[in-house]
Amino acid sequence: METAWVIPALPFAGFLINGLWGRRLPKKFVGWIACGAMGLAFLAASRLLWILLQETPTGRFWEPVYYTWIRAGDFQVDVSFLIDPLSMVMILVVTGVGFLIHVYSIGYMHEDPGYPRYFAYLNLFASAMLLLVMANNLLVMFVGWEGVGLCSYLLIGFWYEKQSASDAGKKAFIVNRIGDFGFLLGIFLTFWTFGSLNFREIFEAALVRFPTGDAVVVGITLLLFVGAMGKSAQIPLYVWLPDAMEGPTPVSALIHAATMVTAGVYMVARCSVLYALAPFSMGFVAMIGCTTAVFAASIGLVQNDIKRVLAYSTVSQLGYMFLGCGVGAFVAGIFHLMTHAFFKALLFLGAGSVIHALSGEQDIQRMGGLRSKLPVTFATFVMGSLAIAGIFPFAGFFSKDEILFETLMSGHWVLYGLALGGAGLTAFYMFRLVFLTFFGESRMDPHAAHHVHEAPRTMAVPLMILAALSLTGGWVQIPGIEGGRVFGAFLDPVFHEASQLLGHHGGATHPPLWLEGALMGVSVAVALAGIFLAYGWYMKDPQRPVRAAQKFARAYRWLFHKYYVDEFYQATVVNPLKQAAESTHQWVDRRFIDGAVDGTGSAFRSLSAVVRRIQTGLVHHYALSVLAGACVLLLFVLAL
Amino acid sequence: MMNAANFPILSVTTFLPLAGVALICLIPSRHRKAIQWTAFLTTVVTFLVSLQLYFRFDLTTWEMQFVEDASWIPQFAIRYQMGIDGISLLLVLLTTFLSAVSVLSTWSAVTERVKAYMASLLLLETGMIGVFCALDFILFYVFWEVMLIPMYFIIGIWGGPRRIYAAVKFFIYTMSGSVLMLVAILVLYFMYHEATGTYSFYILDYHKLGLPANVQIWLFLAFAVAFAIKVPMFPFHTWLPDAHVEAPTAGSVILAGVLLKMGTYGFLRFCLPIFPQASVVFVPLILALSLIGIIYGALVSLAQDDVKKLVAYSSVSHLGYCMLGMFALNVDGIKGSLIQMINHGLSTGALFLIVGILYERRHTRLISEYGGLMKVMPIFAFLFLLVAFSSMGVPGTNGFVGELLILIGAFQASLKFGLAATIGLILGAVYLLWTVKRVTYGPITKPENEVLKDMTVREYAYMLPVLVFIFWIGLYPKPFLRTMDASVAHLLESVHAKQAAQVLEQKPAWFQNLLAKADIQQLTKGQGR
Repeated sequence: METAWVIPALPFAGFLINGLWGRRLPKKFVGWIACGAMGLAFLAASRLLWILLQETPTGRFWEPVYYTWIRAGDFQVDVSFLIDPLSMVMILVVTGVGFLIHVYSIGYMHEDPGYPRYFAYLNLFASAMLLLVMANNLLVMFVGWEGVGLCSYLLIGFWYEKQSASDAGKKAFIVNRIGDFGFLLGIFLTFWTFGSLNFREIFEAALVRFPTGDAVVVGITLLLFVGAMGKSAQIPLYVWLPDAMEGPTPVSALIHAATMVTAGVYMVARCSVLYALAPFSMGFVAMIGCTTAVFAASIGLVQNDIKRVLAYSTVSQLGYMFLGCGVGAFVAGIFHLMTHAFFKALLFLGAGSVIHALSGEQDIQRMGGLRSKLPVTFATFVMGSLAIAGIFPFAGFFSKDEILFETLMSGHWVLYGLALGGAGLTAFYMFRLVFLTFFGESRMDPHAAHHVHEAPRTMAVPLMILAALSLTGGWVQIPGIEGGRVFGAFLDPVFHEASQLLGHHGGATHPPLWLEGALMGVSVAVALAGIFLAYGWYMKDPQRPVRAAQKFARAYRWLFHKYYVDEFYQATVVNPLKQAAESTHQWVDRRFIDGAVDGTGSAFRSLSAVVRRIQTGLVHHYALSVLAGACVLLLFVLAL
Repeated sequence: MMNAANFPILSVTTFLPLAGVALICLIPSRHRKAIQWTAFLTTVVTFLVSLQLYFRFDLTTWEMQFVEDASWIPQFAIRYQMGIDGISLLLVLLTTFLSAVSVLSTWSAVTERVKAYMASLLLLETGMIGVFCALDFILFYVFWEVMLIPMYFIIGIWGGPRRIYAAVKFFIYTMSGSVLMLVAILVLYFMYHEATGTYSFYILDYHKLGLPANVQIWLFLAFAVAFAIKVPMFPFHTWLPDAHVEAPTAGSVILAGVLLKMGTYGFLRFCLPIFPQASVVFVPLILALSLIGIIYGALVSLAQDDVKKLVAYSSVSHLGYCMLGMFALNVDGIKGSLIQMINHGLSTGALFLIVGILYERRHTRLISEYGGLMKVMPIFAFLFLLVAFSSMGVPGTNGFVGELLILIGAFQASLKFGLAATIGLILGAVYLLWTVKRVTYGPITKPENEVLKDMTVREYAYMLPVLVFIFWIGLYPKPFLRTMDASVAHLLESVHAKQAAQVLEQKPAWFQNLLAKADIQQLTKGQGR
């Protein structure tokens, strides 16, 4: 489809218009341009989907080539796209959810003096994200990959006067750079191995040339996954994401929940062939994903900042997606990516609505009783929470359950147990949030309480649409029913080779229905248990959490301080680096190397000071020297 | 050779600035504006003339183009020979472009002895263009030395408080390298006579000369030291921060943008083709020094509280990439190295311009004196960010294209060096973003900064063209990369041909160890790609 380029070009045009002239345009215009660009991009994407669906399932694969970007030697990279069901899903999520969040931002950012700058960055982000998901080779993907990181940096530090915001932006960029270091090495190793960076060519060559488990493929996949750890905030590089909450809340919804942070999952799914050839990497991905899922969920249990709870929940949910990919259930991973985009965007926007209503308050200890004052926000937020907790028939139920199910089916008992426990934690911390925010007595600052108001329409409507999607988004993939796997059937051709390598057989022969039903029952039961526990602790007996915190003081402290990971990095990486820089400069550069240079200079000077004494300028001294020299010469000649 | 008309375009480009000097001398000193405009227009015209080189450049040949040849000092076979190929073309254009930019950048910063200042800048331009165009050793050497004098004055007269120290250090350090080179040139001259019976200073004659390996090694060393000081390679870099810190903005832009490229250009034009075997012998050493330069420069940048020093040390890091790519000795690496020379001229030049804009307003280079500038100078802050991104090699900017090609080349030459060099990318982001953060983010802490004005028209006029090229090379580098195809291919071919033709057994014993580590087999395999 040759005109696919308009999809990223539309938001880019919006970025240019608002970036160059936004400050002189009326506010209304700025918002319209930004939202209009996203809306049109969504329409263009829908049209692309329509055209794609006309093809036979195996023929849904286009590679429009635009121009040769870099060529040197036999290294050649084209700017070209890859349109297939996988990228189609991503394009629709980015443009669709992106559009809703743009509209929401009109209301949310209305009072902000940086309004045009905000929309310019947001559009630029959408453009880079689309480039990332549409790329047909690793390098163009990397361009988008860095581009979204850059926009993330700009938007985290959007309120530049806040010291914490600019620190967070810098931290995000640098931690991501560490990940990108791995990603770039992966790209080099890929080129080194295959002589190409084009996905199709790499996969075809890999299938022919390498047996399963070959060290080179393991190396490539692990290096690429390092990039994913950075971008998608997995252990050990997740530390930037909670801090990234310093940015405006719609940014957290779009970039740090729905789209950018899922880039790593998308990348792993895109390279499913390579990962399927590297069982070790698959296991590694699954293990990191599962560990992160539980680890982040445990931190989320005790945080008091509404956005940070959601941030840790995002880290945790991304872990589930990686778990899905790691056990070979790529469809399930992408499915969860999509539903997560719906309900997590909803939750963030809902949190934004709460923060907006409370004039910037983010501490849930100082909320409470907002149910009646913010009815729309409350209703939609609860729907999002039910979805993430995995309650039937909400979207999260279907996607998370599929991941859990596939984990068990692939024989990973331990991971299944951990992930199931994590699901219980998720339900608990989400409903802790719901109860503390919307129920009980108001603990608000009286000043803020006075101003509480429900969201304006531009904010409320996106909330409702996302709530509807959080409810229905999972119905495209209903297990156990003939023709229920619409989503999976759409994506299957993309993962065909990978499934064959892994010995999967699509959705054709499923294990017995009773087993699937039983496991669903277990999942829901665990989620409900989490919700009831939260109810018991935070609704019936509000003193209970306090007592628990006192009783398990040490555990509580560790959780509250996020296992002291930030402090650990500060002590082991940041400070040593600063010290190394300082001492290299002071001792090696100034004292030693430059000292040697200056020393050479002054050595010559002292030497000349000595030699200069001979040049007395007195004629009889010179005459004496001449005489002495003549004598020596004479003796020398005579001696011979 | 390919020159359709007999119009001596290279000489015209080279000496137009000198004509500008003559013109300026005629203007009385009190007409400051007239002098400045004359200087600026001279550089603009020179740039426009030099653009002709690009449009008339023949992409299909590696041979010298726009060649001019005249007898100069026949007694010693010294000739006036000029010409450019795909290696020097972009460097000439970079010189004429940056000269115009830098003249414009110091209109308000330098107000004393403007006449002499502008004359120095123009004289400097003549010297720089001449170095890239000269095809005769003596002519080359003359231009090479001509550059030193105006630069010495620019630092020593219009510089900061420690200008005398910096100027003398710059002069003596560079001079001692040049003298070594002169000796080597003369040795070559006589060896050429021994071998062929005729005298010649024509540089290309020497490309065909097959010198014995043990001789090559000593001559290579003499040239390499001269160039390594200029680049500057670790550990010959300490003159650079001092010179940069004291030089006025235009001096810094030219120094970083063009003068440093003389070193890398020298390696490409002399060391590789004339001493191919010695080059290969020294590959491990030079790769190692480049690598140290990359990491070391970035690390030391991190410790600076003077923003100009920080940029100066970052140059050490960036030039390390250039050297790394060059001595990977493959197409990707050398093309990357060449384009990175241009990139560094643009990006680091722009960083110095940014620092200059700050300095003109506050007269301090200490990072701690700034902070929160985004509030009062939003456009400046954004441009600063863009330039920083280009310097750290974010995709979409020029820096990425160069670093990518260099790293690809390095990986083909040696996995270890490639891996290690990639680490530099992380550190680059750290020191640049940290600086951007300290200067433009946060609240305004100093009351003096509350009233700073954003960019002026003149500042836009010289920043925007640089930014255009930064993104042009980043997004569509083909028009730039393809100019070097033929020349780079030929250079590599001749290096490897001579490399293969001569047996490598005549080298001193202590090099055997080095050689063993170089793993020539692996290298030559990489070169075949």
